[in-house]
Amino acid sequence: MDKSLSWREYIITRLVRVSGYSAIIFVILIFFFLLREGLPALVEVPLKDLFSTRWYPIEGNNFGILPLITGSIIVTFGAMLIAIPFGIGTAVFMSEIAPRWMREILKPLVELLGGLPSVVLGFLGILVLSPYLRVLLNLPTGLTALAGALLLGGIAVPTIVSIAEDALDAVPYSYREGAWAMGATRWQTIWRVTLPAARSGVLTAVMLGIGRTIGETMAVMMVTGNAPVLALALTSIFHPVRTMTATIAAEMGEVANGSTHYHVLFFIGLVLFVISMAVNVAASSVVFKSKKRAERVLS
Amino acid sequence: MVDKIIVDHLSLQYADGTESLRDITLNIPANAVTVLFGPAGGGKSSLLRCLNRLNDLTELRTVSGKILLDGENILDPKTDVIALRRRVGMVFARPVVLPLTIRGNLTYGLELAGEKRKSRLEDAVERSLRLAALWDEVRTRLDDPAIALSGGQQQRLCLARVLANQPQVILLDEPTSGLDPISTGKVEAALQELKKEYTILLVPHSVQQAARTADFAAFFLQGELVEWANGKDLFTHPKIKRTEDYIEGRFG
Amino acid sequence: MKKASFSNRDIVQRAGFSLLTLVALVTVIPILAVIAYVIKEGAPAISWEFLTAMPRDGMRAGGILPAIVGTFYLTLGTAVFSVPLGIAAAIYLAEYARDNWLTRLIRIAIINLAGIPSVVYGLFGLGLFVLFLKFGTSILAASLSLSIMTLPVIISASEEALRAVPQAFRTVSISLGGTRWQTIRKIVLPQALPGILTGVILGLERAAGETAPILFTGAAFFLPRLPNSPLDATMALPYHLFVISTQVPEMPIQIQYGTALVLIAFVLGMNIIATVIRSRARAKRQW
Repeated sequence: MDKSLSWREYIITRLVRVSGYSAIIFVILIFFFLLREGLPALVEVPLKDLFSTRWYPIEGNNFGILPLITGSIIVTFGAMLIAIPFGIGTAVFMSEIAPRWMREILKPLVELLGGLPSVVLGFLGILVLSPYLRVLLNLPTGLTALAGALLLGGIAVPTIVSIAEDALDAVPYSYREGAWAMGATRWQTIWRVTLPAARSGVLTAVMLGIGRTIGETMAVMMVTGNAPVLALALTSIFHPVRTMTATIAAEMGEVANGSTHYHVLFFIGLVLFVISMAVNVAASSVVFKSKKRAERVLS
Repeated sequence: MVDKIIVDHLSLQYADGTESLRDITLNIPANAVTVLFGPAGGGKSSLLRCLNRLNDLTELRTVSGKILLDGENILDPKTDVIALRRRVGMVFARPVVLPLTIRGNLTYGLELAGEKRKSRLEDAVERSLRLAALWDEVRTRLDDPAIALSGGQQQRLCLARVLANQPQVILLDEPTSGLDPISTGKVEAALQELKKEYTILLVPHSVQQAARTADFAAFFLQGELVEWANGKDLFTHPKIKRTEDYIEGRFG
Repeated sequence: MKKASFSNRDIVQRAGFSLLTLVALVTVIPILAVIAYVIKEGAPAISWEFLTAMPRDGMRAGGILPAIVGTFYLTLGTAVFSVPLGIAAAIYLAEYARDNWLTRLIRIAIINLAGIPSVVYGLFGLGLFVLFLKFGTSILAASLSLSIMTLPVIISASEEALRAVPQAFRTVSISLGGTRWQTIRKIVLPQALPGILTGVILGLERAAGETAPILFTGAAFFLPRLPNSPLDATMALPYHLFVISTQVPEMPIQIQYGTALVLIAFVLGMNIIATVIRSRARAKRQW
C-alpha cells in the first residue's frame, strides 16, 4: 500500500510540475509563432515601405504601418488623459474619503464595469456615443479617435481603480495618523503622505491600464472609424483613425493564407506582443506588495 | 532505565545562520518525561524538530551527528520519514486544529496511513480522547467542527490527535503556553499518565513547569547542552553555575 | 474641540473632497447608466422565442439560440482546457516551487500572458490551431485560444487561494505522517476551493465575453444548424453582437439591444455567482 501511494504521488507531482512550466511554454510558443509568420513581412516588404505612411493593402503593396501606430498612440494617449485622473481620483475617494459602506458598494460596481465585454461598450459607442459626439461637436462623423479614447478611458478606469485602491489601502494607517498628529488636514495627508507612499502601486496601476488600452480591439474597432490616416496633429483626435489592433481584427478574415498581407498582419501582432511585454515587465518590476495584487492585475 | 533515543554529537545550522545546535549528546530514557528547558534561542525547538525530521521542511546549512531511535539513526537519508513521523508525534505551542470535525481531526493520521476500517477508526477516536482526558467533554459532539472547542480543549485534542496515531514518542513544544492554569494542569496530569506507555519529551514554558513535570531534565543555553540529570537532582542541586543562575531567575 | 471658524485649509479640503466625490460619481454612474439603458432598450426584445429560436431573415428576426448555445459551448471548452491546467500550475507555484530564478521566470511568463492583447491570441490561435494543427475554424481551436488567454487569471486566483490557507495546517499534516500531496489533497485544496472557484468563474466570464480571440478561430456569422462536434464552427454572442451592429443593414435596433442584454446577463450572472461564493466562503471559514 505504501508503494502504490508513492508511485501515484510521483506521477501527480510530475504532472503538477509540468503544469507549472506551462506558462513559460505558452509564451515561448506564441512568440515563436508570431515570429514565424511575421518576420517574412520584413523580407517581403522593403523597410522603407513598411514604415511609410500609406496603409492601403488592397491597392498594391501599400503596407505603411505608421498610420496604425499613430492611431494606437493617439487613442491610448487620449484614453489615459481620461482614465488616469478619474481612475486615481476614484481610487483615492474609495480608499480615503468614502465611508465603509459606500466602499463596499463601489468596489463590486467598479469590478462590474471591468467585467463588461468590450463589444458591448463598442456597440453602445456606435449607437449612443458617436451620434452624440457628432451633434455636440458638429463633426462630419462621430466615429473618431475621440470616441475611441472616451470608451477606452472607461475600459481602463476599472483596472486603474482596482490596483491603485489596493495600493492606497496597503499604506499603513500609522502614516496617516502621524500626519494628522502633526496638524495636517486629511486632504493634505492624502496628497503629501498617503499617495506618495503608494506611489509604486499607483504607477503599476497606470502602466497596466496603458497595457490594457493598447491591447483593446473590439471597442476601438467599432467606434474609431477605421480610417488608416496618419494622426499627428492635436486635432486628429476629431478624425477617424485606425489602431493596430483594429487592423488585425478587421482584415485578418479577408487575407489569403501565406500572402504578404497575411505576414504583415502577423508582424503587427508581433509589434503588439513586444509592446505589451515591455509594458507588463516594467509594471511588474515596480515592486508592489499587496494581498490582492494578482487578482487585480488580471481582472 | 532503557534509552529510547540517543542523540550523538548533533550539530545543526540553518541556511540563514540562525539557531544552531552545537555538539549535543544526550540520552532520552523510555517511559519517562524528559524536559528540555532554558532561555529562548537555546536550540530546544530545533532539537525537537530533528527528532521527527520536521526540520526537513526548512533550509538547513549543515547537519552532523546521529540520532538513534531504538538503535537506528533517523538522520540517515534512507530513513522512512513518513513512518518516523507516525512513531514520533508532536504537539505544537499554539493549538492547531485541522479544519475538520473533532472526529475528523482524530482519524486524520490513520487515514493518511490508509486505514479505512470504521471500527478501527472509532476505537482510535475513543481511546485517544480518553488518554488525553478529553473524552467526557466531547463524546456527544464528535461531529462538531473542532474549531468550536475552547483553547485548552483544542490543545488536548491536538494531543489526542497525536495519540490516535499510536506513536512511541511524544514531543511537546511549549504545549501550555497559551492556556489557563486549569487546562495546563489537565495537560500535565495527562502527561504523567501517558509516560507509563510513551516516551515524553517536553519543552516547558516556565522553569516551574519544568520542575513540576521532569523525571529527567536538560538545560540548553544558546545551542549548547549545559547540564542534564535526573529531574529532582538538577533542580535542587544543579552542578553548573549557569544552570543554577537560570533556575534561580538571575537571567532568563 | 469644535472648529469655530473656517480656515483656508478647511476650504481647500472641502473643495477637494467635493471634487473627488464628483469624480467618483462620474466614474460610477455611467456603469449603472449603461446597464440600465441596455435593460430598458433590450427588454422588449426578450421573449421565449428570442432565446430559443433560430434566427430568420438574415438575423433581422427570430431568435439568437445558436449564439447562446455557441457561447455556452465555447465557455465549456475553455473550462475543460484551462481549469485543470491552471489549478495544477497554481498548486505547483504555491506548494512546490522554490524561490529561484525559474519560479521568477514562470511568474513573468504569467504576467506576460495576462497582458497580451486579445487579438494576438486570435492570431496565435489561427496560426497554430486552425492552420498548423489543421483543426480548422472550430470550437476546438477557439476554445484552445481562449484557454491560454484565461490561464493567467485562473493561475493567479488559485495560487492566492492556496496561499491563504494557513501554513500551520500543512505543518501539522506533515507531522502526522502525511506526504506533501496528501496534505494538498486532504486539507489545502478543499480549503482553497471557494477561492479557486471564484477565480475560475471570473476567468470564464471574461472568456465568454471576448470577441477577438474567436474572430478567426471559431466564430461564424450564420450557421443553419447548431454545432454538433468540436470541429464545427459556431456562432457566439459577442461576435453576433459585433456583426449585427456593424455589418447588417437595416438591423432592428431592438434585436441589437436584446442581444447585448443577453450577453450582459450571461456575464453578470457569472459575476454574481462568483461574488456569492466568495462571501459565503468567507463566512464559513474555519480559521
